[in-house]
Amino acid sequence: MMNTENNISKANRKINSLPKHKASSTKKFNDSFWGYLMIFPTVAGLLIFYIYPFFKTFFYSFTNMGAFGEYAWTGIQNYKSLLTDTNLWLALRNTLLYTIISVPISIFLSITVAALLNAKIKGLTVYRTLFFLPAVTMPAAVAMVWKWLYNSDYGLINYILSKFSIKGPAWLSDPKIALYSIIVVSIWMTVGYNMVIFLAGIQGISKNYYEAAEIDGAGPIAQFFKITIPLLTPTIFFVSVMSLIGSFQVFDYIFMMISTNSVALESTQSVVYLFYKNAFMLQEKGYASAIAMVLFAVIMIITVIQIKLQKRWVNY
Amino acid sequence: MKNKKLLSILLGASLIASIFTGCSESTSSNSKDKQVTLTYGIWDKNQEPAMKEIVAAFEKTHTNIKVKVELTPYKQYWTKLETEATGGNLPDVFWMNGPHIAQYASGKMLMPITDKLKKDNFDTSVFPESLIKLYTIKDEKYGMPKDWDTTALWYNKKIFDDAKVPYPDDTWDWNKLREVAKKLTDKSKGIYGIAAPQEDQQGYYNTILQCGGFVISDDKKVSGYDKTEAIEGIQCWLDLIKDGSSPTAQQMEATQPSNLFESGKLAMVYQGSWMLSEFAKNEYTKDKVDVVVMPKMKTRAAVIHGLGNVIYSKTKNPEAAWEFVKFLGGKEANEIQAKAGAAIPAYKPALNIFFDSTKQFNAKAYADELEYSFMYPCSKDTGKWNAVEGDNFKKVWAGQTTAEAACKKIAEDMNKILAAENK
Repeated sequence: MMNTENNISKANRKINSLPKHKASSTKKFNDSFWGYLMIFPTVAGLLIFYIYPFFKTFFYSFTNMGAFGEYAWTGIQNYKSLLTDTNLWLALRNTLLYTIISVPISIFLSITVAALLNAKIKGLTVYRTLFFLPAVTMPAAVAMVWKWLYNSDYGLINYILSKFSIKGPAWLSDPKIALYSIIVVSIWMTVGYNMVIFLAGIQGISKNYYEAAEIDGAGPIAQFFKITIPLLTPTIFFVSVMSLIGSFQVFDYIFMMISTNSVALESTQSVVYLFYKNAFMLQEKGYASAIAMVLFAVIMIITVIQIKLQKRWVNY
Repeated sequence: MKNKKLLSILLGASLIASIFTGCSESTSSNSKDKQVTLTYGIWDKNQEPAMKEIVAAFEKTHTNIKVKVELTPYKQYWTKLETEATGGNLPDVFWMNGPHIAQYASGKMLMPITDKLKKDNFDTSVFPESLIKLYTIKDEKYGMPKDWDTTALWYNKKIFDDAKVPYPDDTWDWNKLREVAKKLTDKSKGIYGIAAPQEDQQGYYNTILQCGGFVISDDKKVSGYDKTEAIEGIQCWLDLIKDGSSPTAQQMEATQPSNLFESGKLAMVYQGSWMLSEFAKNEYTKDKVDVVVMPKMKTRAAVIHGLGNVIYSKTKNPEAAWEFVKFLGGKEANEIQAKAGAAIPAYKPALNIFFDSTKQFNAKAYADELEYSFMYPCSKDTGKWNAVEGDNFKKVWAGQTTAEAACKKIAEDMNKILAAENK
C-alpha cells in the first residue's frame, strides 16, 4: 500500500517537475523564434535601406564626394557653406510655406470628407473609391497630367476659364503662384489617403456617445464638433505627424512640373529638390549629404515639438 | 494548430526569399554553356527599334552572345548611370556623349579600345575626324563613334505659302531671318514667326560661333562668354522675343517649341537632326515642313555632336563586349541605323542610305553644315558649368537681367570651375 502510494507520488512529482518546465520554456523560445522570424524581413530591410544609409550619409556630409563615390575628408566645410547658401534658405522657406498651407488644409478636408462618407448614402463605396484613387496613382503620372492641365496656353483649366472670359494665369511659370499650384496637386493626392485613416478613426468612436447626444438634443453639426473631433484627436495627431514628415520631403511634384530653366524654380524648390540638384546635377554629393542632414534635423525638431505638445490637445 | 504553423513557415520563407530576389540582378556570363548576356544602355525611344534590329542582326552571327537593350529616358539616364557606376554595376556597353566622356574616362569607368582597334585592324577613317577626337581622352580612344548631329532651320511651308513669302534658303542671313519672322507673326491666329527658346545645342551655341565667338577654349581652360562675340550670340535671340516674333520664355517652357511647330503655331524653328524621324512620323509635320541650313551671321558655323558606344571598364565579358562594339561601328549596324532614319550614322559611306530614308525632307542640309562644324563645348565637369549657364540665362530670358551681365557672370563662375578641373 505504502509502496504504491509512494510510487504514485514519486511518479506525480516526476510528471509535475521537469517536463512541464521544459515545455513552457521551449514554447516561449518557439514563440519568440517565430516572432523574430516574422519581423526579420522588415527589420533587415529597415537596417539595409534606412539605418545604414543614414549613417553613411552622415559620414559623407563631412566629405567632398564626386560623381562616382570617390571622396576626400573636408570636416565641417559643407555645413559652413550651407549657412551662407541663399538657395538653402529659399528652399527651407518654400518647404515651410508648402507644409504650413498643405497639411492643415488636407487634414481639414479629409476629416470633412470622412465624416460625410460615414453616413449611409447611396453609392458610398463608389465615392470612397473615387476619393482614394489619387492615393494609389503614381506621383509621376499625376504630375504629368496636372502639368498639362495647368499649361498656360493650351491647358484645360485656362481653356475653361477663357470660356468665362477670364485670362488664366501662368500656373506653373509665374513665381508668385507656382508653389500654390503645386500645393493644390498635393492636397488632391493626400486627401484620399488621410480620409481612409480618419474613416477608421471615426468608426472607432462608440455609437453610445452619439445616441446620448441625440437624446440631449444635439444636431449633427454639434455632434461633429463636440464628439467626433475630440475623440478623433489621436488620429489627427498621427496623421499630422506623418503628413508633416512627408510634406517636408516633397520632391517629385516639383521635379516633374517645374523645368530646370523656369524662373519659378527659386520660389518652388524644396530642400529635397536642392539635395537632388547638388547630388546629381552638380555632382557635389558631400554637400548634398549635408543638406540631407539639415533636413533630418529640422524634421526631428518639429516632430519632437509635436509630441511634446500632444499632451495639451489629444484625448486618449 | 499544425496548419497555422505550416502557414507561418511558408510565409516566413517567402518573405525572406523576397528580400534576396529583389536585390540580386543577373548580369552576365554563365561559363558552363558559354552563353553570354550583355546589357546595352540607351536613352532615345525613337531609336530603340533600330537598336533592337541591330542587336538581332548581331545575335544571328554571334550565337553565343545575347544582348539586352535597356532604355532609360534621357532625363534619368545620367543619374541612373552614375548610381550604377558608384555601385559597380554599369551596363556592359552603353551610349556616351561629349559632356560626360571626360568624366567617365578619368573616373576609370571605361575600357580603352585603342589597342583593340589596332589589333583588329579597324579602319577608323570611315568616321568624321572630330568624332574620334571627341572620344579620345589623353591619347586613349574610348568610344566607337555611333552618330553625329547638327542643328538646322525648319520651316512650315503652309505658313510661308499662305503669306506668299519665299522659303528660306542658303542665301539667308540673320537679318533676313529676323525680318521674315516679324512678317509671318500673326497674333490673331496665334502664329509666331520663330521660336527663340533658351536652348544651347539647338540655339545659342550655334549663334555664338556664328558671331565669331566661342563657349570654351580649345585647351578647355578659359570660358569665352565674356567676349563681345558671345554676348552678341545671345542677344540676337532676345531681339526676336523683343520684336514679338517669338513666344515668351514662359510660354516656351510650358509648351516645347517642337510641339508648337507640330501644331502649326510656328513658321520657323531651329531643331537638331534627331528630330527628323519625329517630324516624319507626326501627322501635321510629315508633309508640311522642310529644313534648310542655318542662316549665316558674321560667318557660317554649326555645333556638331555625336554619340559614342563605350565599354564598361569592369565588364565581366570584355571580349563579347568588344565584339558587339566592333559590330556597332561596322557597315551593317550603321546601314540599319541609316535606314531607320533615327540618327545620322557616323559611318560616312552609310550617309546616302540615311538621306534616302528621309527623302521627304532636305535632310542633306545637316550634312552640308559638316564643313563648318565645331565640336560641342564640353570639359570634365561640363555638368557644373552647364548649371551656371542655365541659372543665369533663365534670368535673361525672363527679362530680369541683360545678356551682357549674365555672360560676364557665367564666364567668371565657369573659369573658376575650369581652373579647379585643371588643378
